[in-house]
Amino acid sequence: MSSALVYALTGAALFVLGMAGLILQPHLLRKILAFNIMGSGIFLMLVGVAQRAGTPDPVPQAMVLTGIVVAIAATALALALARQLLDMNGEMRLPEEKTGKDRLDV
Amino acid sequence: MIFDLLLVAALLWSAVQALTTPDLFRAVVLFIIFGLLMALAWARLDAPDIALAEAAIGAGLTGALLLDAVAHLHKKRREQSP
Amino acid sequence: MRTLLNVTVLFLASAFGLALGWLILDLPVAAVRLPEQVTAQLEMSGVVHPVTAVLLNFRGYDTLLEIAVLLLALLGILALPRHVSDHQHRPSSANPVLQTLTRVLAPLMLLVAGYVLWAGAHRPGGAFQAGAVLAGAGVLLHLAGLLPAWATPGRTLRAGLAVGLLVFIAVAVALMAQGTLLQYPLSWAGALILMIEASLTLSLGLILAGLYLVLTDSGVQK
Repeated sequence: MSSALVYALTGAALFVLGMAGLILQPHLLRKILAFNIMGSGIFLMLVGVAQRAGTPDPVPQAMVLTGIVVAIAATALALALARQLLDMNGEMRLPEEKTGKDRLDV
Repeated sequence: MIFDLLLVAALLWSAVQALTTPDLFRAVVLFIIFGLLMALAWARLDAPDIALAEAAIGAGLTGALLLDAVAHLHKKRREQSP
Repeated sequence: MRTLLNVTVLFLASAFGLALGWLILDLPVAAVRLPEQVTAQLEMSGVVHPVTAVLLNFRGYDTLLEIAVLLLALLGILALPRHVSDHQHRPSSANPVLQTLTRVLAPLMLLVAGYVLWAGAHRPGGAFQAGAVLAGAGVLLHLAGLLPAWATPGRTLRAGLAVGLLVFIAVAVALMAQGTLLQYPLSWAGALILMIEASLTLSLGLILAGLYLVLTDSGVQK
């Protein structure tokens, strides 16, 4: 098993972790964290799988480079929307998550 | 290979911690650590370009944005309950 | 109720993770060898570093769309209603040591950004990393109290934000006559890529710094 494959499998684990966090955490800032971890998992899978033979592959590397920059743009926009919600409702969670109070809070 | 396995374990640990720590500030700091570990992982994957970008953007700028949001949140909390 | 949801989600997520891991281990060997194709075409691209060649030549349209997405994200943030007041106060707690250090570091960071941009043609580096360094300099200047947060970007700033996308589109349109999208003529390829990268660096740096400087409320008070 090559080390690139180890990173690809880690990527799969990170993706799943982030997905569970995205669904379970009611706080929007935590959802954004989980979303970023999910993205990092996808990037690791892309590059890890392409390089599992051992040779570096510039094509997925360039795609991931683009992806990282787009991810921070999405994060910033999500944070702006979450802040807007905080200013309007006084809390940073979606209105549907009513039972969220007993969960981890600030 | 041992280094890779250690790095992978640290990555998974920091991701789990960032997602489950009760304190939001700690969660963001752990996420920044996660970003720096990701930069190391890219260097191990023969991708120095991504390592550079991840260290500067993934850990640095995203961290600054998130910390600023946490500060904003705490300020709001203080305003609400003086 | 909540615990039931937790258990279900965690169970389904682990099952999905196991399936994903099994698929990764079970993948067939790729039919097309991309690294070899890139190496074979590298001398046609105008640069020596393969990642830069892919980003700005072979798949230039990805980068074109990417800078457009970044600009859109910043526009989206600017479009949200914000509590802008008349007094723009700077972070008052800025430490004099930090200020002096930043005054020394900011020009150095500018120099590093220039070097990383130029190095992108033949070694790891390029517009993305250089833009990130520029943005880092902007954030540092703000934290040291030397640069106020952006309430509404002025005309010059807006031009700077858009120049990367505009230059890229201009090059794409100028080359349209050949019938293929973003296929540079061999003799000009290096110069065209450097020109696009330079404008991309400026725009990326400003947009990435802007994502922070527009959002932060240490400069714009309610």
